[in-house]
Amino acid sequence: MKFFNLFRIAYRSLNRNKLRSFLTMLGIIIGVASVIAMLAIGEGSNQTIQKSISSLGTNSIYIFPGTNSNGGVRGGAGSVQSLTLEDADAIAAHCDLVKYVSPIVQRRSQLIFGPKNWNTTVMGIRNDYMLIRSLNVTIGNGISEADQRTASKVCLVGVTVIFNLFGDENFNPIGQIIRINSIPVKIIGVLSKMGQNTFGQDQDDIVLAPFYTVQKRMMISSDHIGSIIASGKTELQVVDAVDQITSLLREKHKIAPSDAIDFTVRTQSELSNIFGSITKVMTILLASIAGISLLVGGIGIMNIMLVSVTERTREIGIRMAIGAKGKDVLLQFVIESILISIVGGLIGIIMGIVVAELVATFGGWPVVITPLSVIVSFGFSSAIGLFFGWYPARKAAALNPIDALRYE
Amino acid sequence: MPKAENLITVKELTKTYKTGNLEVFALNAISLNIDKGEFLAIMGASGSGKSTFMNIIGCLDYPTSGEYLMEGKDVLTRDKNELAELRNSKLGFVFQSFNLLPRTSAQENVELPLLYNNKVEASIREKKAIDALTSVGLSDRLGAMPNELSGGQQQRVAIARALVNEPLVIMADEPTGNLDSKTSYEIMGIFQKLNDEGITIVMVTHEPDIAQFAKTNIVFKDGNIIANHPVSDRKIATEELIKIATLTDEKSTT
Repeated sequence: MKFFNLFRIAYRSLNRNKLRSFLTMLGIIIGVASVIAMLAIGEGSNQTIQKSISSLGTNSIYIFPGTNSNGGVRGGAGSVQSLTLEDADAIAAHCDLVKYVSPIVQRRSQLIFGPKNWNTTVMGIRNDYMLIRSLNVTIGNGISEADQRTASKVCLVGVTVIFNLFGDENFNPIGQIIRINSIPVKIIGVLSKMGQNTFGQDQDDIVLAPFYTVQKRMMISSDHIGSIIASGKTELQVVDAVDQITSLLREKHKIAPSDAIDFTVRTQSELSNIFGSITKVMTILLASIAGISLLVGGIGIMNIMLVSVTERTREIGIRMAIGAKGKDVLLQFVIESILISIVGGLIGIIMGIVVAELVATFGGWPVVITPLSVIVSFGFSSAIGLFFGWYPARKAAALNPIDALRYE
Repeated sequence: MPKAENLITVKELTKTYKTGNLEVFALNAISLNIDKGEFLAIMGASGSGKSTFMNIIGCLDYPTSGEYLMEGKDVLTRDKNELAELRNSKLGFVFQSFNLLPRTSAQENVELPLLYNNKVEASIREKKAIDALTSVGLSDRLGAMPNELSGGQQQRVAIARALVNEPLVIMADEPTGNLDSKTSYEIMGIFQKLNDEGITIVMVTHEPDIAQFAKTNIVFKDGNIIANHPVSDRKIATEELIKIATLTDEKSTT
């Protein structure tokens, strides 16, 4: 009954001072909306940057056969053929930190088209390889699962290969038949241009074909494969994924814990480190943006709340003269602040999302609205609104009624 | 004449303010009895202590020392919240500057004290507010905002607000200070009517002709009561208003 009366008093007070209520609310709306929009844009940028970096292969894991040593003479990496297709399948089946896996067989081959020929690397891969290396097909189609199963004589070619076989990088080679080691193979797609890698190798000088096509049709028949490429679920889990793969392959190859492994697992740790530091910078950047937005929004709310309560000192005096207790006045202001905070906060959330979507639509900028930013901005703004509504009200409520009445 | 029931008793009421090292006596050991049904006018120059006295017996302020009994019960031992309850249920305030809440209709202004009173049910709140406004002659202006009302009408809303919790005493601080003389007389008419119905009225004023409407006048000077006497030739508001009406009639006809 009493509380309901105070609620009614608070509601009437807000309702009859619409401009003041709106301005107070505006502080919260802008505070919440700006934080949500800023964080959405920031988080969008962050994710885009992370995606670009990980497309460099920061979460790629390379597994090579081990080395051979014969009477003190040690061969180089890959001098032992210790990896099999089964290893690749086992990694796919048992390593839960690994997202994609593809076995790789590769050899250098002579390509012939009409009067022209060119020597390049032909790789037999599963379709996961495209995802791990972030490869796209610009013209034509990728390799289908049916192509994989049936070892179809199809391939994807890089632009350097097109230039050397057809004389023009922009030539559309889809449907053309080239000969790889005398085997006729149909070009079904062109790989997007990748340029050089970090070490100056031309990454566009390549032909990709279904795994079995290369293994069964082009290689000297063997169960062994050249290498395995995999990717971790996330950049941060690459190290753990490496451990998983190592222990799995140890088990499969029946290597005692004391013995040396007959394979090598490598990651692009340098790139991973760069990735880690960029993530850190972005996190700090986002945190500062959020912090500053919250601070600015908070000061806005604080000012309007302080002014609004100070302006109402006389009203407080009137209410106290006719019998309002200190706590009645206080409670009224708290209820008003809560109402304003909640309504303003909700409008702010909507506004923030709308602004973020506008930026996404018209600015072409990726935005990601995280629930955390919504909760934090709403909570913080409400807390500030509540505190700075409550604090001066408490001072006013502690005033002598006659002082409050005399206040001009 | 039967002895009137005592309502307010103050003994040795003292209030001092410190300005620097100097102690200023706003009230200097004031003792006074106010009976039920009294209509007291407190006069005095500004700074004489009359407003301080009013604030203390209106339970808005504490004295430095002294005793204050209302209906025989001690007031000064109560805390701020209990004083607020006392103001709400036993006292009604009328101010010089009306002190209505702005942008709030007459009826809502009058309902305000009821909202702070737990004993009043929501169902009868509206009726009580309308009754109070009717008793001051504003039954047709229930929804009017303060800025749509004349000074006299605003003061009448303030009186209705003071009345709505059926108080024992109405405390009026310069109630006619912002009003012209005809409106002032109308307000005095309302006060005299309420007084006749049994409500005690304590009014601060510095206008001698307004004080003439009261039953008793006391005069403050430098924190002391220098005069306390019944009004000999008491004015009756209804008669005064007729006089003014005939005067203006004569003026307009001549």
